[in-house]
Amino acid sequence: MTQSIVSLRDVRRDYALGAERVHALQGVTLDVERGDYVAIVGPSGCGKSTLLNLIGVIDHPTSGTVEIAGKRVDAMTDREATSFRLHNIGFVFQRFYLMPILSALENVALPMAEAKVQRQERQERAAKLLAYVGLANRERHRPSELSGGEQQRVAIARALANGPSLLLADEPTGELDARTGAEIISLFQRLNGDGTTILVVTHDEDLASAARRKIHMRDGRVVDGA
Amino acid sequence: MLGVAIAAAMLLDMVMLATGMRESFRRLLVSRGFELRLAPKGTLPFDTDATIPGVAAITSIMRSNPDIREISPVLGASIHIPVGNRDVSGSVLGVDPSVQGDYELLSGRDPLSADAIVVNDYLLQQLGARVGDTLSVATGYDPQTRTYSGRRTLVITGRVRFIYGANEQSSAAMRRETLEAMRGGDMRDRASLFMVRVREGADAERVRDWIETQIPNVTAISIATAIAQVDARLSYFRQLAVILGAVSLFVGFLLVTTLVTVSVNERAGEIAVMRAIGVSKAHVVQQIVLEGVAISFAGAVLGLGLGLVTARYLNTILSAFPGLPMAIDFFLFQPKAAWSALALLIVSGIGAGVYPAWRAASLPIAESLRREAIA
Repeated sequence: MTQSIVSLRDVRRDYALGAERVHALQGVTLDVERGDYVAIVGPSGCGKSTLLNLIGVIDHPTSGTVEIAGKRVDAMTDREATSFRLHNIGFVFQRFYLMPILSALENVALPMAEAKVQRQERQERAAKLLAYVGLANRERHRPSELSGGEQQRVAIARALANGPSLLLADEPTGELDARTGAEIISLFQRLNGDGTTILVVTHDEDLASAARRKIHMRDGRVVDGA
Repeated sequence: MLGVAIAAAMLLDMVMLATGMRESFRRLLVSRGFELRLAPKGTLPFDTDATIPGVAAITSIMRSNPDIREISPVLGASIHIPVGNRDVSGSVLGVDPSVQGDYELLSGRDPLSADAIVVNDYLLQQLGARVGDTLSVATGYDPQTRTYSGRRTLVITGRVRFIYGANEQSSAAMRRETLEAMRGGDMRDRASLFMVRVREGADAERVRDWIETQIPNVTAISIATAIAQVDARLSYFRQLAVILGAVSLFVGFLLVTTLVTVSVNERAGEIAVMRAIGVSKAHVVQQIVLEGVAISFAGAVLGLGLGLVTARYLNTILSAFPGLPMAIDFFLFQPKAAWSALALLIVSGIGAGVYPAWRAASLPIAESLRREAIA
């Protein structure tokens, strides 16, 4: 029997935009099972990133419930949400956002330091993660000394640092050329094959096609694949 | 960064100015070990031409107090020395060379005999003379008739530096008895000032009170009261230093705040990502505050060098004020002052970083990432 790692029920998210209210999500109900690889696709402004932010506990829904790894996260305090993200969720962003003054190894070890993992252990784990993403020989390099594809792989290793239940990626191939993008797609497939649950928001057809399941969104609603 | 360094330099200079003159004056007073000075009632030492009569009687009264160790009566006067057809004038101190605290011998010997005089380098230069030369020295000169009074032939026995001497001041010293004799009958047994050393461990303030009770025609000044009087006279400098120091600190604070705010704004996405991956708000604030402190510290280190150079330059200008003792420094480097300036800058660096840091860490993560993506 499979188990839902993400469970959203009638989730709405409204924004105030001047005097107007924007309904970014209009009653989304969605389940993602542990070990799944889901691509959320749809036109710009359809609410994909808003949905990802709610699942990543960096935003709160206006109404509805969000449950991640069996925990209600929609009404968490900032402190609870921060701790939850640290231990349960890995983020990969379009622009990598590595700390420029830290080496690749230090960037990967950063979330572990925040989780108070012992120095020796985090060095070893960070080195293993860098080897996993194919950057064993780039440990001491700073982000400015790495290519875009290498930086994204460091960002993926960082997202895996604390062994999250869920890996969320927002347009992870958006800043990469086709060949490097293909390497990242292949890495995601390998990660999913090794048991990591992945949710990816993308416009990239190749990345979306690589996922096991595709969810289509339009105007703040899931129109297909829920 | 240069702006922060300039503000730090200015702050250091102002801290040095606020405390420097006082400390420099205190060091000057304690340098010769005389804890008390006696001036004519209601005056400060050498503030007026007034003198204290009855040197022998006063000395005798003071010797009766076991807490008084040494007494050095000093008589001040003007001297005139004809050189060719011009008159070189200066000031002279009549002292007891064995207990005096007014000069430091640089070469030669003290004026131990009645026909001896010691002079400073500036007077030697004015006279074109050297140690061993003979001078005709007078205590009075009438420029109308070009006649000298109280004239005596003296031999220069030593080169000296006057502790309280001003820049470009012609000064000399001789035995007090010699000066009394040169000035004539009305100056016999008189002194402009008494310098008094108290016994080790004795309470100088108590001795001061005792002297003022026993000798009603003198004002006894201890080092503490002298410093208090100087403090009162220098309050303008201190106020100016405090105001300019506060302005420098505020400017430094604003510069660091601006630098940190600009840095935080440029890294809004990076900060949002740190928060997203689970870095706590407190750690983000700590990192940004540390940046503010690092900027302040770097500015302080640069400012220290800059401040010392400017203080030295300004000190040279201010010390050339006529009538000021050469040993007085307006800007005196004291490690405590440097530490105070550094501490103020670090505190202001922390203060400057806290607001932008808290603002950055409190921004909604999703909103910041969305803005960053649009940008």
